[in-house]
Amino acid sequence: MQVARGRARYIGRRLVQAVPTILVIVTLNFLLVHLAPGNAADVLAGEAGSATPQYMAYLRHQFGLDQPLYVQYLDYLKNVVTLELGYSFREGMAVRDLILQRLGPTLLLMGTTIVLSIGVGILLGLVAAGRPNSLRDNAISTFALVAYATPLFWVGLMFILLFSIELRWLPTSGMTNIAAFYTGWRKVGDVARHLVLPALTLSLFYMALYVRLMRSSMLEQSGMDYVVTARSKGLTERAITWRHVLRNACLPVVTMAGVQVGNLLGGSVVVETVFGWPGIGLLAFRALFARDLNLLLGIFFVAACLVIAVNIIVDVIYSVLDPRIRLR
Amino acid sequence: MSAKADVLAFCQRYARNRAALVALGVLVAIVVVAIAGPHLLRQGGPFELAGPPFQPPFGRFALGTDMLGRDELVGLVYGARTSLVIGLVATLFATLLGVLLGGIAGYYGGGADEALMRLTEIFQTIPSFLFAILVVAILSPSIESVIIAIAVVSWPPMARLVRGEFRSLADREFVQACVSMGMSDLRVIALHILPNCLSSIIVTGSLLVATAILTESALSFLGLSDPNVMSWGFMVGAARDFLQRAWWLCAIPGVAILVTVLAINLVGDGLNDALNPRLRHL
Repeated sequence: MQVARGRARYIGRRLVQAVPTILVIVTLNFLLVHLAPGNAADVLAGEAGSATPQYMAYLRHQFGLDQPLYVQYLDYLKNVVTLELGYSFREGMAVRDLILQRLGPTLLLMGTTIVLSIGVGILLGLVAAGRPNSLRDNAISTFALVAYATPLFWVGLMFILLFSIELRWLPTSGMTNIAAFYTGWRKVGDVARHLVLPALTLSLFYMALYVRLMRSSMLEQSGMDYVVTARSKGLTERAITWRHVLRNACLPVVTMAGVQVGNLLGGSVVVETVFGWPGIGLLAFRALFARDLNLLLGIFFVAACLVIAVNIIVDVIYSVLDPRIRLR
Repeated sequence: MSAKADVLAFCQRYARNRAALVALGVLVAIVVVAIAGPHLLRQGGPFELAGPPFQPPFGRFALGTDMLGRDELVGLVYGARTSLVIGLVATLFATLLGVLLGGIAGYYGGGADEALMRLTEIFQTIPSFLFAILVVAILSPSIESVIIAIAVVSWPPMARLVRGEFRSLADREFVQACVSMGMSDLRVIALHILPNCLSSIIVTGSLLVATAILTESALSFLGLSDPNVMSWGFMVGAARDFLQRAWWLCAIPGVAILVTVLAINLVGDGLNDALNPRLRHL
């Protein structure tokens, strides 16, 4: 009860702390639009010529471009905070609804990637650190080194080439087989088959990061005093590794996973574009292609809020993993 | 005398890391190609239509031609130039910004430290690649806007590092002595603090170059590159629709990015071993 109340209070405080962050993000958006060369309405409408006069008038009204700058800023702030993100004429829908509609697929891709990359990363790091500088350590470390330097979009295309075009094991793009109208478990299976390659592609880089981190963290922990104590108590090496070292060594990985959430969203723009995965990333690419900057600004804002939310969740998980850390 | 010995010891420590030595060779080769390549190829530039489209590699054209008949090898050579220039210049700006903000925060501490570190934290929280996309899209794609976008998203790690180093150095006796002698802050920082954390800055900077090249390639893959400049990411992005017909058009520039980034990372590791010998860990 006490713990639960403390946790609730902590989450509340974190939400309050998130306010300046959101303010900075909104200000950045506002500055970008106004620092850009040309009229803000021109900038938002993208390459002129394709925008109708009505749309330009709408933009001018929405951003209150005839008002003094500080009024514009306050108006913009009020709109964004109430999630009034405007209307996308290219997509024929309110920006907020467009983003909400596509949040699900992105969250599915992100969640799978986080679980996959942390799971495999910790496992491989553990195996590599088990016998430093052995053959298997070198193999795993080399894999991590190469995966860490590989562009995501290129891995995705090579996976499509190998697994979809040559071997025909997995679908090339999309989230479901449109022609097949599956229901129930068959639909779940269909989505899972479509999810394999995008999740694997997005995971690879983070897997590499976590393998390296886990390996060095294991090696560092295994020299600690508590390991010597455990060994002198007569515990087996296996028990020391699994019961004592592992738990401590995982902490830096969890911290890093929290830090990487924002980058994960950036990576999903590239991966969703390559695999036609219908999430926020693909929406961002389409907005980019149509030069629908208002939509792009909305996506950036929602993505930033998502990162803040995930970071709070990660910190709560962290406190469960490590009782020494008190939520303050 | 001792400077010479230092350099020699540095080279010896670097050479002990064999992977870093090989990577240095590869990196030097890439730099030479990027500088000299365009002069050696007597061509009208990377966008010139050199022959029939979709020529496979190892024919009349060493690496074939793309869907418009542009020479793939020429594109690769010019792309090396773009990647290296953007990687280096963006990192330079990010480093200047990071050293400035991190330095102020670390040296003066107090309110400035708190405010600047809060700002750094915010910049680390926001989805940086999405922000880079936004910056390039709004400023319209050009070499300058890509460099600005990458610099703006990559300074936070540098600022944190510099702040940490400055903080620990500012409390040391030799710095306190300088301050009590009445030396100006700027002189203390420039002559006594900065030289002492230069090695960490160089190591972090070299890793930032690798990240910058990866970011640039992803931006240009999405179509956010200067339309007058050839880049590796753009080559992959343009050939994406022809993956089934001519997979090598996607594969080759990707390998170039991979090799370059890997080489820079390994050189960074080697520099770390050689510059911070005491910090070496397994």
